[in-house]
Amino acid sequence: MALLSKKDANLILDPLADNNPITIQVLGICSALAITAELKASVVMAISVLFVLGVGNVVISLLRNVIPAKIRIIVQLVVVAALVIIVDQVLKAFAYELSKTLSVFVGLIITNCIIMGRFEAFALGNGPWKSFLDGIGNALGYGVILVIVGFFRELLGSGTLFGMKVLGDPVAKTGLYALGYENNGFMIIPPAALIVVGIIIWVQRSRNRALIEEA
Amino acid sequence: MAINTEKNSYTVVFAVVMVIVVGSLLAFLASGLKPKVDENQRFEKQQNILYAMGVNDNEGESSVSFVPTSEVESEFSKYIKEQLVIEGTEAKEKQDAYLIDMKKQLSTIKSGGSAELPLLIGEKDGKEFYIIPLYGKGLWDAIWGFMSVDENMVVQGVFFDHKGETPGLGANINQRFFMDDFVGESIMDGNSYAGIAVAKGNGDPLNENKDDNEVDALAGATITGNGITAMIKDALKLYKPYLETIRKK
Repeated sequence: MALLSKKDANLILDPLADNNPITIQVLGICSALAITAELKASVVMAISVLFVLGVGNVVISLLRNVIPAKIRIIVQLVVVAALVIIVDQVLKAFAYELSKTLSVFVGLIITNCIIMGRFEAFALGNGPWKSFLDGIGNALGYGVILVIVGFFRELLGSGTLFGMKVLGDPVAKTGLYALGYENNGFMIIPPAALIVVGIIIWVQRSRNRALIEEA
Repeated sequence: MAINTEKNSYTVVFAVVMVIVVGSLLAFLASGLKPKVDENQRFEKQQNILYAMGVNDNEGESSVSFVPTSEVESEFSKYIKEQLVIEGTEAKEKQDAYLIDMKKQLSTIKSGGSAELPLLIGEKDGKEFYIIPLYGKGLWDAIWGFMSVDENMVVQGVFFDHKGETPGLGANINQRFFMDDFVGESIMDGNSYAGIAVAKGNGDPLNENKDDNEVDALAGATITGNGITAMIKDALKLYKPYLETIRKK
């Protein structure tokens, strides 16, 4: 990559795999669990977090020398909350349909510990460009897991992807259902998300043994 | 110039400035966008009401498509013949009764006051629809909707929506496979206004029995389903005196 130096590129690539916020740092599990029953919700959440973390990291990084250390967590919360509300308001006025889908996630974005985690661990100590890359990288790493979990939960739980019936009609018994296949209702309840995340963690660590922590 | 960010006075000043800047930014944005947001909400309500009386752009078996926003105002005045406010068995005409906020009315009733209950009468293909607004509680937050019945008290269409039900579970109350089940169900059980219950394991998942006052529940959304049951019951309690005057026996 000529566009980015190797160090900068790693800021984006690391969180996608070997330093993934969900599977390695185990952050942001709450939202991964709550909204991954549908693929569409996963994608919307991933894009929202991408925006908030990318912009938020830059804002915090620009302010890093003037933020009083004593109230830095509060300042970070204000920045996230303000960003989320601005996006929500603008969408309500100009893309009303989209804003309705998104409103469920507003609260979840504000409390997402990945966002606070990156502000605290990275943006407070690095320049705006690096922070931006770090934000994008972590949001992508989070998004990838969300989409994978959403894919499996919606496919196995409801037999649909993006709301489209891909395995046939469960009521009319067409497609796979004609062969006696049934949707697994367990997949659409939250605990299933933990199991899917667990399997992803297992696969990832068995492929890269360096990631296994010493007991 | 290095600023001493450790000083208490600096911290206080920073906090005050931050609150003023962010607060005024958000207030400015919210008031600037308010007319546009209000308009969107008004159109949405019109779309929802029309949807409940079967005026929509649905195609196929699973899409929920409303009348397009650009046409909703003219469609609304075309199909909605009367906008009434109900008081017991009396009905008074009122302009823009559909904008009445059911949440406020229900809390007025709860505190013993007299409320304005909106009821809309729509007409399509020579048939009359009585459209009742619904409002209640789901698992996380508010749920609401509209239900249209004919003079035999048979449901002609419903629309439900929610503020924050769980995606993939309770949030599915605004999907076709749930809402369509209500069509054709009677809200009467003999002479009592029984409503329609969202029932688990009623042995009728395809909803072939239209006289059981039940529709099949959504898996994993018990509380949201109970909320719908309660919301319909509550509304019928309030509208019963007036519905009794129009019901064909």
